[in-house]
Amino acid sequence: MKLKAEIRPGFHVNSNTPNDEFLIPLKLTWPSGPVQAEQVIYPKPQLEKFAFSPNPVSVFTGTFEIVTRFKAGANAMPGQTPITGKLRFQACNDKECLPPRTLDVHVTADVQ
Amino acid sequence: MLKFVWTGLLLALTAVLLSLSSCTEVPSVKAAVKSDKDRKLAPDFTLKDADGKTVHLSDYKGKVVLLDFWATWCGPCKIEIPWFMEFEQQYKDKGFAVLGVSMDEDGWTAVKPYLQQLKVNYRIVLGNDKVGDQYGGVDSLPTTFLIDRQGRIASTHVGLSGGKEDFKNDIVHLLETNRTSVYPPAGDALAFFTRPN
Repeated sequence: MKLKAEIRPGFHVNSNTPNDEFLIPLKLTWPSGPVQAEQVIYPKPQLEKFAFSPNPVSVFTGTFEIVTRFKAGANAMPGQTPITGKLRFQACNDKECLPPRTLDVHVTADVQ
Repeated sequence: MLKFVWTGLLLALTAVLLSLSSCTEVPSVKAAVKSDKDRKLAPDFTLKDADGKTVHLSDYKGKVVLLDFWATWCGPCKIEIPWFMEFEQQYKDKGFAVLGVSMDEDGWTAVKPYLQQLKVNYRIVLGNDKVGDQYGGVDSLPTTFLIDRQGRIASTHVGLSGGKEDFKNDIVHLLETNRTSVYPPAGDALAFFTRPN
């Protein structure tokens, strides 16, 4: 399952592997349940230089996709199963930063 | 077999990310010091510092205060902090103080290691949404206010400032302005006096 994100020009979000311990990584998480996330695959980040950082920062910009591989457990019942994940991210441009946010990600799995 | 159905997520997520990225439409602002008549009182607040002590902004009345809203996850903030440390050192004996308000949701767990790493030499308190709202929302960081000796907001800087000199000039101006003005306690008009500049 692909989650598509689009970041406004001039802004970036930290990647899932920021190269500074204090930066908030982008992270997509899913709860446990009959349908479980086996793997979350992030795109390759860009290393970009900004006025506020002496070192390049690992970021996502523009449009990108996060892929989640799900697996239906043995106890998964046929039919529709709603799943709500959480997407955590924090955005900046080269002069200011916006507060970190967590968004609910709603999908419905159709177990057949 | 699994099939997935988007429940309007894609558009919603895009809209939120775009809107979040654009919620600060005001560009970074280098603000000149306001004239006396245009300055409003800085809202007082009560917050805790790293030692657990209670800090009121009103404790700083009579001093020029650089009030900096920041966070450990804010890269541009990290550029300005060393400037503010320099100002604290250079001007503290002239009636100046820097007060940092951390907006870190993770609290001291995140902030204390950061302060140790940067060897911050000025007071830091832990902020909250209420204080942010009192100061107009503080939607982006850094947001920095210069407060004059009378407790009024003399200038506001949103985003990474154009340079250290911008702040320095404003601080020096405020330190030298109405240096000996004394506002009397309520009801004590006879105590009011001002020496000309």
